[in-house]
Amino acid sequence: MTTTATRIGAGARSDAEQRVDVNRAAASRRRWASARTWVQAAIIVIWCLLPFYWMVVTSFRDVGYTFDTAFWPTHVTLDNYVTALSTHWGNHLGRALLNSLIIGVSVTVVSLVIGVFASYALARVEFRFKGIVLGVIMGASMFPGVALLTPLFQLFTNIGWMGTYQALIIPEISFALPLTVYTLTSFLREMPWDLEEAARIDGCTSAQAFRKVILPLAAPAVFTTAILAFIASWNEFLISSQLSSDATQPVTVAIASFTGSLPHQVPYTAIMAAGTIVTVPLVVLVLILQRRIVAGLTAGGVKG
Amino acid sequence: MSATVSGATRGSSASPRGPRQERGGLQRAQRVRSRNALLLILPTLVLLAVVIGYPIVSAIITSFQKDAGLDPATGFFVQGGFAGFSNFTHWLLQRCPTGDGGTTACPSGNLGAQFWSATFTTFFFTVTTVVLETVIGFWMAIIMNRAFAGRSLVRTAILVPWAIPTAVTAKLWYFIFSVAGIVNAIFATKILWTSDDWPSRIAIIIIDVWKTTPFMALLILAGLQLIPGEIYEAARVDGASTWKTFWTVTLPLVRPALLVAVLFRILDALRMYDLPAIFGGGNATATWSVLVVEQMRQGPNAASALSTIVFVFIFVIAFVFVRFLGANVVQTTQAQQKGELK
Repeated sequence: MTTTATRIGAGARSDAEQRVDVNRAAASRRRWASARTWVQAAIIVIWCLLPFYWMVVTSFRDVGYTFDTAFWPTHVTLDNYVTALSTHWGNHLGRALLNSLIIGVSVTVVSLVIGVFASYALARVEFRFKGIVLGVIMGASMFPGVALLTPLFQLFTNIGWMGTYQALIIPEISFALPLTVYTLTSFLREMPWDLEEAARIDGCTSAQAFRKVILPLAAPAVFTTAILAFIASWNEFLISSQLSSDATQPVTVAIASFTGSLPHQVPYTAIMAAGTIVTVPLVVLVLILQRRIVAGLTAGGVKG
Repeated sequence: MSATVSGATRGSSASPRGPRQERGGLQRAQRVRSRNALLLILPTLVLLAVVIGYPIVSAIITSFQKDAGLDPATGFFVQGGFAGFSNFTHWLLQRCPTGDGGTTACPSGNLGAQFWSATFTTFFFTVTTVVLETVIGFWMAIIMNRAFAGRSLVRTAILVPWAIPTAVTAKLWYFIFSVAGIVNAIFATKILWTSDDWPSRIAIIIIDVWKTTPFMALLILAGLQLIPGEIYEAARVDGASTWKTFWTVTLPLVRPALLVAVLFRILDALRMYDLPAIFGGGNATATWSVLVVEQMRQGPNAASALSTIVFVFIFVIAFVFVRFLGANVVQTTQAQQKGELK
């Protein structure tokens, strides 16, 4: 921020000729500061990407060279991906991917369909108890999942729901719905609501104005919120690991319990391949939607 | 289809919403809006009551009940009945039930005996990770707040650790920290990062910092962006050093955002489960959540008591933050949103 401030200040003062010397000194200081910024930025990027890079490189490495320390890809092979997706050793990564998709989409759709109304009211209408409602929703999003686990475990055992999809979807709504409402409320508050007034003046009802004017405008916000809810569900582990069965387990559980061909040998390269398969779609999504995801994250303030 | 529907609704709604009526019944309109707002919010509140309210009430009730089992006197299978605080003393005082209905000190292998060690682990992880993440996150946020070519690259890179599922993160670092892995290779050591007590604790702290600092940095960055540039200019003109500017300008102004970010992180760290459960470390890294899950299949009532203790504790921390430190979660995040979308 110092750089920005200096630049703006220097630009404004450059008209005054007596300040030219000061500007020259400032310019040199600025170059030096920008070099330092670059180095630090490079450290951040390397620190964040290096472990991820190592996973991808290892996933392409022949299993005989698992612990090769070469920085670049060596002994490149696709075998690990075949192993990761094979069901021969009791792993079901393909099915787990499908399960995660089913669970994630269900959780996201339910949270959005229910949450969009609440968000609209919270963003648009002044009413009593609004602060309390916001507080309750915020508190719900910070709720420890482990406090829900035991009672749900007992309940689902009693009614025979253990290992079903609904037993995984319902608990995840407990964090996806507050996240959805909070993020969406923040987004909707920033929309050009004058257009809604205009639609009302032109004779639309409240519901029509919402459906025909606001919803199309809010689509990007809704989409971002959906992505955040989906990522949160995709990454969930605690509840899924306890309430799922082999047939319904999501990818996080499948990866955590990944087994190899030999009993006492961890199949590192295959796990890295499985990890890459699970992660790359998310990373691509994040790369494309970087700006919106950052906005959504800081709005909801909720970790996925 | 939409044309006819909208035509019909427009016709029917035109008369009660006529301009004359609107002017006369402003208060009534406000009441109607208020009622409509509550109707819109109701589904969310009902659903939250089902998925969160019900389990909580149920957990509190069962935490005061005895486990169902065989009555030692009669040999018949009996339902538990009221247990008083015995499930809580099981954890807090390490009292285990004896056959005749009394209690005795838990043997060392019992999960109840692990409560204080799990409490230490949870607190230790929470304090170290949150402190490290705050300091490093602040540094990252300051860098990202500067204008330089490639800023968006940094912002994108920082999201990668955040986007990777924690289960994958744990497995990825499990490989990096394995005995023959890259960390031991670089430092020419043979440390058992995934099983020895302190190495596994340190490893989990490093992993958590890697994974979660970006989130912290983004929240702090959102706070930094709300500080107007003129204030820095004024501080510079007054001759304040960089260090002094940081302490007297940046820190006080970013305080609301920082408090909220720290609160979120503390609450999140207190419920840590995925990393210790997948990465390993055994008892040395067992947090409260790990203990609840281990207890769940052995005795659900005691597990409910433990999860209630955790829940109450987290609630108290959040309360202290909001009440005494003035972390205004709702207001601050709203202000950040406004700054972010500019």
